[in-house]
Amino acid sequence: MILASMPSIKSREVKIVHDIPISKTLKFWEGLKEGKILATKCKKCGKLYFPPSADCANCLSSDMEWVQLSNEATIETFTHVVVRPTTFQQEKPYTVAIGMLPEGVRVLAWLTGFKLSEVKVGMKAKLMAKTTPNGRLTYEFTRPEGT
Amino acid sequence: MLRKEVTPMRKVAIIGVGCSKFGVRNDVNVAELTFEAFKSSLEDAGIAPKDIEFVAVGSTGAGAWYEELLPAVVSAEYCGLTGAGLARCEAACASGSAAFSMAYWAVASGQAEIAGALGIEKMREIDTPTMMEWIGRAGYYLWEFHNFGLTFPAYYALYATAHMARYGTTEEDLALVAVKNHKYASMNPIAHFQNRITVDDALSSMIIAAPLKLYDCCPVTDGSASIILASEEKVKELKIDTPVWVAGIGYASGTANMSKRLNYVGLEASVLASHRAYEMAKVTPDQVDVAVVHDCFTIAEIMAYEDLGFCKKGEGAKLVREGQTEIGGKIPVNVDGGLKAKGHPIGATGCAMIYELTKQLREEAVERSRQVPMKNYIAFAHNVGGTGHYCYVTILRR
Repeated sequence: MILASMPSIKSREVKIVHDIPISKTLKFWEGLKEGKILATKCKKCGKLYFPPSADCANCLSSDMEWVQLSNEATIETFTHVVVRPTTFQQEKPYTVAIGMLPEGVRVLAWLTGFKLSEVKVGMKAKLMAKTTPNGRLTYEFTRPEGT
Repeated sequence: MLRKEVTPMRKVAIIGVGCSKFGVRNDVNVAELTFEAFKSSLEDAGIAPKDIEFVAVGSTGAGAWYEELLPAVVSAEYCGLTGAGLARCEAACASGSAAFSMAYWAVASGQAEIAGALGIEKMREIDTPTMMEWIGRAGYYLWEFHNFGLTFPAYYALYATAHMARYGTTEEDLALVAVKNHKYASMNPIAHFQNRITVDDALSSMIIAAPLKLYDCCPVTDGSASIILASEEKVKELKIDTPVWVAGIGYASGTANMSKRLNYVGLEASVLASHRAYEMAKVTPDQVDVAVVHDCFTIAEIMAYEDLGFCKKGEGAKLVREGQTEIGGKIPVNVDGGLKAKGHPIGATGCAMIYELTKQLREEAVERSRQVPMKNYIAFAHNVGGTGHYCYVTILRR
């Protein structure tokens, strides 16, 4: 018979934090501080990468240049996350959207500044770089000016 | 690219299957849970552990949501398999199917006469928010989780929103999938959920990641399943009554970043993997008698109908509305309760699908009410890993 509580022992506790290297995409993270969203473009085949990639999966060249993306996005889909993971427990429920930029790359990011009932597939949003109050670098979709 | 014509060196049959009770299995550790499925698969095949030359283990959460880093060695020792060739496969929620395909190729290539595929997952040893964290990271941590905290329901909710906007699929349609799969789970004693639900229950359940609600989501489940495969020569030697033959296996993958998918109304990996499996088996969708598809969320089952060719793109909701995926319909789907209600112990699911289809093809579904009438004796399993990151399709034939 399986009960809600069965005899068990606790495993040893570990705390896991990974140091994720960003040397090859440093310009992107520095660009966010300056309010820019940067992508990489392969100098050999011309393929544009967002998220930025230091190497080209299309032609395997590593000769890439940095290009600034425009900030006009068309929302293709979205969700409103109510049940949140451990490390997002301090956040209020948040909306995540995927937007297409005129350059032909998509961006996945939080969508802010709208009531959930206002958010529709096909609507326009503005992509903005952001530094959070605790110093985390990110980017998000917001309401376009004058709308 | 994979070549289209796949010609295995020899035929491979499923000769034994086993599946544990799915649910919150806090009465057993990972090795003990594996033993339950493994033992019944050996009894089914009429062989001993020493007869198995190679074992592939599908499991995803080793060291994350359960304590053992090397579940393959731990379980193999516990099951008397030490000495056999051994590996653990990871293809996220399709790990069990990846293990099955590895074991299949071990026999098809002539490397082994008898091989085993074990699917195991122990998911209920940690709290729910930590589970949401681990599974949310299963995509592209750096670019889509670190700053944005997507959860697994949220990834599929992105598909649901787009499918609803494009094809007019409704929340009621999604609820119908949950109602159907709960109904069949209530007829399946090993299923996690044993209760029927109504459309209203589903629609009034709490929002997890809009538009997906609690009843749109599969539960977090412990479980194991075991499949024994053998060469045609061994089938004869062992005098297996009803071998079930592996007719086709197809696999494909999708981008790690959700932002790089072709669209959000279907899974490209499902389309590719199913084409490859249909071609290898020389089977068309209308010949399939029974299917299990990857319904980790209700929207996933509707997209699967379309991606696998059970209906045209955009008509998945119509199929469930008309009851065409119930027993007696055009193509019964997930009559074991599916991931949605039988439960989804991630690494075990692929093998649990093969377990169900083998029972169906042998016409020995323990519960007669769940037995699908067989016409062509062709069964179809569709197992997605992640949010379309991996896909495995397996076609079986009696």
